[in-house]
Amino acid sequence: MPLVLNEEQRLLRDTSREFLQRSAPVAALRALRDERNSLGYQADLWAEMAEMGWACVTLPEAYGGLDFGFLGLGCVLEETGRTLTASPLFASAVLGSNTILFAGTESQKEHYLPRIATGELTVALALDESHHHAPADTGCTAQCNDEHAVISGRKVFVADGHSAELLLVVAEDQYGLGIYAIPENTPGLLRERTVMVDSRNAANLTLNAVTVPLSQRLGGTEDCAAALEQALDRGRLALSAEMLGLVEEVFERTVAYLKEREQFGALIGSFQALQHRAAQLQAEIELCRSVVMQGLSAIDDAPEQVPLTASLAKARLNDLAEWATNEAVQMHGGIGVTDELEIGFFLKRARVSMQMLGDTAFHRDRYATLSGY
Amino acid sequence: MTHSSATADAFRQEVRDWLEENCPQSQRQPAVAADQFWGGRSGSFPSEDARLWYERMRDKGWVAPEWPREYGGAALDAQQARIIKQEMKRINARTPLYGLGLWMLGPALLEYGNTSQKEQHLPAIVKAETRWAQGYSEPGAGSDLASLQCRAEEHDDHFLVNGSKIWTTAADRCDWIFCLVRTSTEGKKQEGISFLLIDMHSPGVSTTPIELISGESEFCQTFFDNVKVPRENLVGELNKGWSVAKALLVHERKLMAEIGSDSPRKVVSPREAAEQYLQKDDTGKLTNTELRSQLADYDMQMHAIGLTHMRCFEERQAGVRSPAPLVMKYLGTEAEKTKSELLLKIMGSRGLGWEGDSFTDEELDTLRLWAMSKAMTIAGGSSEIQLNVIAKSVLELPQE
Repeated sequence: MPLVLNEEQRLLRDTSREFLQRSAPVAALRALRDERNSLGYQADLWAEMAEMGWACVTLPEAYGGLDFGFLGLGCVLEETGRTLTASPLFASAVLGSNTILFAGTESQKEHYLPRIATGELTVALALDESHHHAPADTGCTAQCNDEHAVISGRKVFVADGHSAELLLVVAEDQYGLGIYAIPENTPGLLRERTVMVDSRNAANLTLNAVTVPLSQRLGGTEDCAAALEQALDRGRLALSAEMLGLVEEVFERTVAYLKEREQFGALIGSFQALQHRAAQLQAEIELCRSVVMQGLSAIDDAPEQVPLTASLAKARLNDLAEWATNEAVQMHGGIGVTDELEIGFFLKRARVSMQMLGDTAFHRDRYATLSGY
Repeated sequence: MTHSSATADAFRQEVRDWLEENCPQSQRQPAVAADQFWGGRSGSFPSEDARLWYERMRDKGWVAPEWPREYGGAALDAQQARIIKQEMKRINARTPLYGLGLWMLGPALLEYGNTSQKEQHLPAIVKAETRWAQGYSEPGAGSDLASLQCRAEEHDDHFLVNGSKIWTTAADRCDWIFCLVRTSTEGKKQEGISFLLIDMHSPGVSTTPIELISGESEFCQTFFDNVKVPRENLVGELNKGWSVAKALLVHERKLMAEIGSDSPRKVVSPREAAEQYLQKDDTGKLTNTELRSQLADYDMQMHAIGLTHMRCFEERQAGVRSPAPLVMKYLGTEAEKTKSELLLKIMGSRGLGWEGDSFTDEELDTLRLWAMSKAMTIAGGSSEIQLNVIAKSVLELPQE
């Protein structure tokens, strides 16, 4: 399994970087925040990203995708992590589309995936119901008869739940775990945008006897639990790739600052106390890069390794993101806690990413369980 | 499938077949210290099978697969050498010959030695005729290696060496020692150092073992009292020994980063120890949640380190430069310490036995290895030195 990028992947990384740094730098996120943008991302930017094929990098060609592999997608996500770019890329084109890919029937896939691939349709997965990621605990229920399903319950921390046109709602039903594709304006579905620390989109959902045709249940009458787990692992690895980009950017900015800030008549980067802390971070970044690349490669080449490497990656990136952003603030000193400096945006996005799809305690526990202890 | 991977697969099959035919069954299990063959004039084979296994590997050129044929190697490339290593590991085949000559001096001589030095020393290493010690550190020159004082005075056709070296591994059983010596006190301290090969049987060389906290005395201090060393034993140029030493340190660090996978003792893994010394509930979870967390953290760390070793290899093959190789010594040796501490916690008081029948061999070995692990983040450039190197070479932070 490859742990180095090939030429095509490097090219994708370079063009993504160039595009994002020009069109969607951290300043763009600041602008969205300051104007309290109701969509939470730039619609024209998303159209351009989709135009470049980013929404369909990994999708099979049969559904309008490029089938370019997750290692390739990781290159794009890493760059969006560096610029903290707000867009439906992760929630819709990765988490949403893979949920449909694994759980949907053939006709559902043909119906939704090509439109997600072009960016025309945005979807969001509504899974968590408490303040900690716990995919095994679903309180939301669906009562099904031959024609309809009636869904009730509450969902929290739904990434892009505020703006997505289609919600994929996870609910217990008579077939096991069900996932229901519910259009945004369906009666009984209430969406409440939550203003989160990272200035990105999330929402809480309330479902009061939302009624949809049974044909909106993904996979017909199959239990969707296994499919959901597969989609979640892809999401965890994709998010880890984004977090790796975030960490690399905040760390590079910090190292650059160590080389320009003078105190006591010397550049502070010449102080061994700071050098060692930076070197330790560099070592951990190297480990995390291997882990992310292995996990993404495993999706493409060795699916049996995905659950363990997904938990490995998310746990390690959670810890690294916390560590690297805290050190970034500390090493910048006073200016590090000002809103003017962009370091704070990285700190804030890191905390949201750390909770999303499982914190370290969740993934350490899962790693131990998968390892047989 | 690409052409090169087809060739690699064919080579792998060839290696597998040859090992199957030639590696004696008794040599297909982990080697404890007493099972290792280090060669040299005072070395002897631990068993007849060990002799047979070594001789077959030597004749095949696989004791030093990457060395040129004329020096006893098989002239293979890095990928082929790695395949041999992997296939040996697959059947638990023992390392047929251990030694610093093979691992460290040989690669340095190939790069810096002249033809007659290579001809004199490389075949002798492969043939296990000479065992080598390393003479770098001194009582007053540890992490600050370049401040070393052991002096070599130039005379017509020889050097006269005076001083001492410390942490000379098994020097009391070695035939030769490669040393860093001071040949000039002018200019920067790195610029007056030369790389010298010294026959340990020369008059004026003496060695004393040092007892360590692990109870072992693998390390020695070696003294040089007016030792005459022929001029042709100088490797590289006079006063340019520092670059030879640096190249050699890279080999040493790589070796130390990988050492966990080829430990001289039977080592129990923390996961195996947990099965044996901790309890599980009905669902198969360890009931001690704190140790379960620590075990998972350790396993994840080793998983990540293993993947990074693989990435380093792939990057080397692809000609991609990355900082990864420079962080491995630090990470690998720190992880070894973590592992030893974790094993003691898992074994509880059973992991604290020093000797005697109240404890199993495995328990006693675990304790001794715990003590030995403390040296790993000190030897070969301490963790603090490794961090300095990362700060300077990777991050390019300003130096004082």
